Amino acid sequence: MSAPRPGAPRPLEKLALSLKAYPTLLRIGLAEAVAYRTEMLVWMLTLTMPLVSMVLWSSAAQGTRLGPERLGSAELTAYFLITLLLRLLTGSWVLWQVSEDIRSGTLGQRLLRPVSPLVVYTAEQLAPLPLRAALVLPLALGLLATQARSQLTSDPWLITAFVLALPGAWAINFLTMVLLGMMAFYIDSAAGLFYAWMGLYTLFSGYLMPLSLFPLWLQKVSDVLPFRYMLDSPVKMLLGWPIAGGARDTALGRGQALTSLGIEYAYVAVLALLVVLLWRRGLRRFAAFGA
Amino acid sequence: MVAAKHTAEEVLASVSAAAPPPAGGARSGDAAPVATTGETAIAVSELHKHYRVYKRPPGLYAAMRSLFHREYEDKQAVRGISFRIACGERVGFLGPNGAGKTTTLKMLAGLLHPTGGRLEVVGHTPQRREVAFLKQITLVMGQKQQLLWDLPPADTFELNRAVYDIPTAQYRQMLGELTEILDLAQIMKTPTRQLSLGERMKCELVAALLHRPRVLFLDEPTIGLDVSMQVVLRQFIRTYNERHAATVLLTSHYMEDVLALCPRVLVIDQGQLRYDGELKALVHLLRPEKRVTVRLSGPVPDVELARLGTVVSSGPNQVVLQIAHSDLRAAVAHLLERLPVTDLTVEDPPLQEVMRDLFARPAAPPAPAPEAP
Repeated sequence: MSAPRPGAPRPLEKLALSLKAYPTLLRIGLAEAVAYRTEMLVWMLTLTMPLVSMVLWSSAAQGTRLGPERLGSAELTAYFLITLLLRLLTGSWVLWQVSEDIRSGTLGQRLLRPVSPLVVYTAEQLAPLPLRAALVLPLALGLLATQARSQLTSDPWLITAFVLALPGAWAINFLTMVLLGMMAFYIDSAAGLFYAWMGLYTLFSGYLMPLSLFPLWLQKVSDVLPFRYMLDSPVKMLLGWPIAGGARDTALGRGQALTSLGIEYAYVAVLALLVVLLWRRGLRRFAAFGA
Repeated sequence: MVAAKHTAEEVLASVSAAAPPPAGGARSGDAAPVATTGETAIAVSELHKHYRVYKRPPGLYAAMRSLFHREYEDKQAVRGISFRIACGERVGFLGPNGAGKTTTLKMLAGLLHPTGGRLEVVGHTPQRREVAFLKQITLVMGQKQQLLWDLPPADTFELNRAVYDIPTAQYRQMLGELTEILDLAQIMKTPTRQLSLGERMKCELVAALLHRPRVLFLDEPTIGLDVSMQVVLRQFIRTYNERHAATVLLTSHYMEDVLALCPRVLVIDQGQLRYDGELKALVHLLRPEKRVTVRLSGPVPDVELARLGTVVSSGPNQVVLQIAHSDLRAAVAHLLERLPVTDLTVEDPPLQEVMRDLFARPAAPPAPAPEAP
């Protein structure tokens, strides 16, 4: 029997291998996205809810102003256009892939490779972003430029905060989807959980309406949940909100953005830890009950 | 049939030259002996695997009842099997459906954790799934695929090059070698979904072997393929084994796969190892008779034939006899010298029949098993 070869500790070895393989994983992932381009286009059309909300709320705000920030039609149009953009660029639906891999046993094939399936999932989810951006950015930026250009902040600090918030928003989306998908280790179908999660997301992320239109107590609830950091908070950063007395309060906006970024990345850290721990636990179950 | 067919002269020569039974006059399969290094590739000791399976009778009442009270059954998939396989060996892993073959292969590949016992593959404990281990093994499952469905096979190969960190020169050399042997150059850029089953299986094998694994676990690699494609894949597996001194553990319900590739077989039934040894010895053990088919130029009374062995079938120009190994040499000599024989073949009974005989025998009582986790 040959002895195992000495080498780097296993996690570091896997990490080094993953980093080296990552560009290829992204390239192959993009090739797959291109192969599924029609499906992706159709899927993107299903994410146009913010456009519906934009029309509804802009109409509701016609000739009046809503909420304590007194949001008008122009502000709401800008809000929902950026919401659409964010949803398309930071959304992740990896839950279905994870869940299907576990249920069908395909996860076994992934586990035979020396790179963790979790790393491969991130690449598969990030790879289509350039294609999604190419499809959506011209439209969204065109609409922003013609309909809501004056609403965007020019404060470099807030713009930087917005850019920093994007990877965090993607990560929260991705990690929560992985967590939900991993429930397939324990239950027959994760679909029910997904719809429950989507209900909460729709309400507390600002997908349907800006959270500043919520009653104060509900806003406080949303502050401690992860949803707003995926959508409402970054959108507000780019718009330079909050608005007080009819003008943007940039100083307050910077403070809120900083707090928001802190909470957002704390959520990313906690969720990443949860995913790793539960993944290991799930794999033990997978290995015990049938791969 | 187990044996290749031989002319009358060859039979006489081989009967004379052969050792006493079980060799007889015909070879048990054409699996050539393998060159091994003597080093152990796979060591399995008292391996157990139990599952807890949820049971629910059909119907609405049972469905409602299961909300409050779930019933489980402990399924003992593998019950204390032990074996060793040397580096470079080609071994067939046989057994009926549900015998525990795939479960054992998955444990050897590190996908399933054993309930009890020990196993080592190329010096590693599989369930740890260390990078060094994963780079030395491969598991090909005829019913599962790793090829990216909507992309050409070349993309899956490139993906594997990256995740196995195969040096570019080795990758090119290996890809060239594999595509040449399997004649894949024309389909490398065709999306996988547009390939035939046989072409896909060939590409699966390439994807699984690019990192040049030392141990191949092949679970029904020829399932669903036509006969000519089965032959191609068998030849390919043998060539890979010989070129790279790789160890092969193969399960298949096609006995031709086993005959062509595996001088040694492990037979598992109901989670227990029933036989570990040479295939031809197993055939001789269970079916000590040979089947002799004789073509005749004139009529011969059945009485005279019956003196040589059991008459299985008899026609105007052809008769099939079943003759004990110990009587074979004398019987063949008698046939050729005394009767108007124009052709004669000696064959082992079909391996399927041999297996059926084996599985029909009662298994030994199960070994005591450790508690399921």
